[in-house]
Amino acid sequence: MKPAAFDYIRAESAAHASALLVEDENGRIIAGGQTLVPMLAMRLARPSRLIDIARIPELSYIRDESETISIGATTRQVLVEKSALIAQKLPLLHKAIEWVGHPPTRARGTVGGSLANSDPAAEIALVAATLGATLRYVDETGENSIEVDDYFIGPMITTLPQTACLIGADFPKWGEPHVGTGFEEVNARSSDFAFVSAASQVAFDADGKCTRAVLGIGGLGDFPFRADVDAVKDRIENEAALREAIGLAIEDIEPLSDLHATGEYRRRVAVTLACRSLLNAVREAKGFAHAN
Amino acid sequence: MRTELNVNGQLHVLDVEPRKTLVDCLREDLRLVGAHTGCEHGVCGACTVIVDGTPVRSCLMFAVQAEGSEIITIEGVAPAPGELSILQDAFCETHGMQCGFCTPGMILAAHALLRDNLEPTREDIVEAISGNICRCTGYDQIVEAISLAARRMRGRNMPDGVPA
Amino acid sequence: MSAAKGKFRYISSDRRVLEDRRFVVGKGNFVADIVRPNMKHVAVVFSPHPAARIVNIDASEALKMAGVHYVLTGDELAAATQPMPNGMPTPEVKRYPLAVGQARYVGEWVVAVVADTRALAEDAAEKVKVEYEPLPFVVDGKEAFKKESPPVHPAHGSNILLDKTFVWGDVEGDFAASPRKLSFSQKWGRSSTVPIETFGVIAEWDAWREVLDVWASIQMPKYADQIATAMRLPMNAVRVHQDVDVGGSYGVKRGIKQTVLVCYLSKKLNVPVRLIEDRLDNMRGGDAHGPERNFDVELAFDDNGIIRSMKMDALDNVGAYAGRSPFQLGKPIGAIVGPYKIKSVQYRAMAVTSNKTVQEAVRAFGQSPTNYTIERALDEVAWALNLDRLEVRRRNFIQPHEFPYLIPSGTSYDSGNYPGLVDKVVKQVDLDALYAERDRLRAEGLLAGVGIASCLEPSGGNSAFEPLLNRQNKTTTWMDSCRIAVDALGTVTATMHTTSAGQGHETLVATVVGEALEIDPEKIRISRAHTLDVMPSNSPVGSRMAIMLGGAAFHAANKLKRKMMTIAAHDLGVPLEDLVWDEGTMTSKKNPEQKRTWNEVVLIAHRHFYRMPEDMEPGLTAQHVMQVPNGGKLPTDDDRIQMYPCFSFEFHVVLMSIDPDIGKPVFRRYMIGHDCGTVINPKIVHGMTIGGIAHGIGAALLEEFAYDDEGQLLTQSFMDYLLPSAHEVPKIETVHQVTPSPLTVFGQKGSGESGYLGAPAVISSAVNDALHPLGIKMNSLPLKITKLGDAIAEARAKAGKEMKQ
Ligand code: FES
Ligand code: FES
Repeated sequence: MKPAAFDYIRAESAAHASALLVEDENGRIIAGGQTLVPMLAMRLARPSRLIDIARIPELSYIRDESETISIGATTRQVLVEKSALIAQKLPLLHKAIEWVGHPPTRARGTVGGSLANSDPAAEIALVAATLGATLRYVDETGENSIEVDDYFIGPMITTLPQTACLIGADFPKWGEPHVGTGFEEVNARSSDFAFVSAASQVAFDADGKCTRAVLGIGGLGDFPFRADVDAVKDRIENEAALREAIGLAIEDIEPLSDLHATGEYRRRVAVTLACRSLLNAVREAKGFAHAN
Repeated sequence: MRTELNVNGQLHVLDVEPRKTLVDCLREDLRLVGAHTGCEHGVCGACTVIVDGTPVRSCLMFAVQAEGSEIITIEGVAPAPGELSILQDAFCETHGMQCGFCTPGMILAAHALLRDNLEPTREDIVEAISGNICRCTGYDQIVEAISLAARRMRGRNMPDGVPA
Repeated sequence: MSAAKGKFRYISSDRRVLEDRRFVVGKGNFVADIVRPNMKHVAVVFSPHPAARIVNIDASEALKMAGVHYVLTGDELAAATQPMPNGMPTPEVKRYPLAVGQARYVGEWVVAVVADTRALAEDAAEKVKVEYEPLPFVVDGKEAFKKESPPVHPAHGSNILLDKTFVWGDVEGDFAASPRKLSFSQKWGRSSTVPIETFGVIAEWDAWREVLDVWASIQMPKYADQIATAMRLPMNAVRVHQDVDVGGSYGVKRGIKQTVLVCYLSKKLNVPVRLIEDRLDNMRGGDAHGPERNFDVELAFDDNGIIRSMKMDALDNVGAYAGRSPFQLGKPIGAIVGPYKIKSVQYRAMAVTSNKTVQEAVRAFGQSPTNYTIERALDEVAWALNLDRLEVRRRNFIQPHEFPYLIPSGTSYDSGNYPGLVDKVVKQVDLDALYAERDRLRAEGLLAGVGIASCLEPSGGNSAFEPLLNRQNKTTTWMDSCRIAVDALGTVTATMHTTSAGQGHETLVATVVGEALEIDPEKIRISRAHTLDVMPSNSPVGSRMAIMLGGAAFHAANKLKRKMMTIAAHDLGVPLEDLVWDEGTMTSKKNPEQKRTWNEVVLIAHRHFYRMPEDMEPGLTAQHVMQVPNGGKLPTDDDRIQMYPCFSFEFHVVLMSIDPDIGKPVFRRYMIGHDCGTVINPKIVHGMTIGGIAHGIGAALLEEFAYDDEGQLLTQSFMDYLLPSAHEVPKIETVHQVTPSPLTVFGQKGSGESGYLGAPAVISSAVNDALHPLGIKMNSLPLKITKLGDAIAEARAKAGKEMKQ
């Protein structure tokens, strides 16, 4: 299981990486390599050249911006896991990150790599979809961005331009006084990709009224997506209402069906997990009142 | 491609193909065969080495990517020939292995855990080795070895820098 | 001769394992660590079709590539080598290392490429063009059994390799006389032992010495014999290096096809050639899958739950070639009634070929699937009578005073105390409290179940199933050996004659020799001889080494001791009987002033020939070849045979819960009671038992070589074939009991397969108990989450509907 031969080059900057992609369309960017290298080893990917961006210093950061938490593309997952800022300001990602692989893969794996590879069941991608993150990249035209809703389009397929180098993702912060999060997934072993997963974030005002609720579902369709639960936010503690709303929201999704889980399983359990993650988020918001 | 690798404190200048994984390079070019390959696609953990302080899968990294990093392999853990580290000795004490194939990776994963946490709970230990598959032991004596080592290291009276 | 029971110096004490030191520093000697000068590497081209005629192979492009040395096809190899042994009387089911004329499963090796590096060999393998003509195929075992199914080997005429019905006792009479009957069917899914090290082998032909050196990750009886036969070489031209450390095997490391391939290439190209399977080679074409077995069972029993008779049909889908796998239906005959007094049994053993990967011997050689089914039978009887499942087992147990106990199929069980161990576990786990906890979980809305399984581990492996299933085979010799030498300076070296895959054989030999000679086992050097310096061994299969290698080492040590005492007696001029041995010093009982130390006797034996007894060889070596206890006979005309001699016992109790909305089973408690007679090294036995349970958890819940309808293997990598990680194996509590075997030197029995023999059974039992309130049962392994989740959802939907109606 040895990769086909390729050239290797370290990019000096994201712009350089993009220029290298312009120069050779069979080039491919590598950061942590935790998804790409197995594909190379099995010769499912055969780039002519690997463009290594892992050591571009300015691509690794976690920053508190005014509206968002901004994470650099090559930021190792382990840094997110250990970041106090993330724990405080982006609790949903904090919760999700421990489901990503296991310690040695989180040590190398990057936030941008997970978003770029876009596995339908990837946890970081699910959080990005749930919260409506913005993805920033550099290509030959300069720096650009895409909203996550326009980004994922298929299993391991995104709208990122072929010559683009992802540079970071901005996750919106929520300013409400009481925010709660929930993250649920089912997998065969705890380090595996989820059969299906759900992420929720809810906000309550000082009067105990739910002002915002978002729900994302992973593993069910070709990519993680946000399911609309805004309409039930007034009845957010009513499990039956939630189940119904979620069921409706995923009605049109053609569920993935494979060796690990039938489509029927995924659809049914998606509703359960979504419901649980929302209720957990509500409990958390009302319980210890995560304050911003 | 000319590559400089810092392995167990020694600098090696090598000419490697970019497609050569770090584990193959360690094994074939440096003849450090303690890191094993069980899957070559990042699942089993037999190839675990420590890169810049954290355990990583050396089959998911190309040797050329490791230039400039500090690499520690199982061969760099024992304090002297014939002398075991506390952790290695604990693995012998509890028989935390059978065939020994997963053992170097397991020890390096545990080594990294104990560097940060000398009072690991069972859950901490399980999480730390969850990326290393052992087909022989069912993990019990491995977990036992790591908690024994932690206990001994907590109680030890040694100058800093003595390898765990 | 057997050792004094009771007080041991080293046996049973909690000593370190000698092998471990080298492994913790990464200094094992695994086959992939071995480099020979100018060694070349092999990659294989595999069949993408489940069945296809090979129309043409074009290697011209591959051969043009730099660094590529050879491209080998099946035709060339078959012409130059003997087909691999088959074992069954099915001569038309021929098997060669590379497909000849026809490919018979997805992943079958068709072409081998030799190059300077493995990467180059893989590059070249991609360039080999193989033209195929797809043929009809069959993947399901029951389908393959049908007459109209396409035969995997057309020359054989059908897919049936074995279809034999055994009747032991008055089955029909017992059925007619029993007031109650029931039947059930279930299936053991295709999984295997899947060691973390794949199979690897290096061959190096020396044309001047005419010796073929082989280093391999091997665990197989008669490996050198098979190489010599396949290569048409005299056996003394084959030197297998048994000091290679094997990175796990548990039965499957028997890569004869891989070996023949590199041996041929090395001879042909006159260079050392190595093939280290990568994970994909291993999973799809390494021919190391395990049993895949359909069971149909009928039981006859009375109102008290006493099982009088059992009819068991077992149909194993062995894959594309026979290999050893049909015999995995034969071995369980030696424990076909488990620990129970079932008076008569009808057993129909069926093995069929299909277009799937070939099976290899897997831990317990077919016994674990059989145990899974026997235990299900006990649960079924309890459910049918509304009796407690453990109570039914107790009523059927063979009782301690009934040993040796002869089962209907002709095997005598050596010893056991099943109720004794069960009592201990019941007390330790507090079974009533466990049931209360189950009910509490149920009240919380979970599905929860207690599982119970009491299983045997036949040990001291022989091959009695071979003459039973194939009357042409009259092999009943099944041995192991040890040689011990005391050198001129008085240190001791013991030689074993097989490889080792983590079972701690070096520790075993050192402990036993140390025990017998009363010297510190750590001072004994253990050597693993190559096969030109070899005594007979049938290698570590069938949980036999503690019994066989331990036995051989004990007897050799005693011979050595006797020789030393004879020398001392002669030198002192006292009768042999007058001497006592105390830690190597031999002292006269009558006159304790009269003695000879170890070193004095060494000196005499090595240097002072004039002081030696007449007719005694100088030097100090002793050796012993041991035959399996109780074995050696051919089967009777009515198909009864003594299978393995010793029977370890294990009793598992688990509590599991399942979130009904998710379907994922979770362990709440796991306890095993284990009795393997006298334990030689507690650390080793503990490890094997827990490891066996972990493996059983995999087989029961996670692992499967799954095929789609197109005959494609869906689980070729570790991303899809799921081995339990530390998260999936719960903390396991153990309870010990020692019921010594009367047949072995220290009373030891085998434990190499322990844990695995009962874990799948107990998990299935717990899951079915959990599902009981829903009125459904699971009838196949592995119990994958989606399968459970969907079944639960369906049952609840049905119950919901019924309630509405
Ligand atoms: S060999 Fe690297 S993880 Fe298996
Ligand atoms: S000791 Fe054999 S795989 Fe862990």
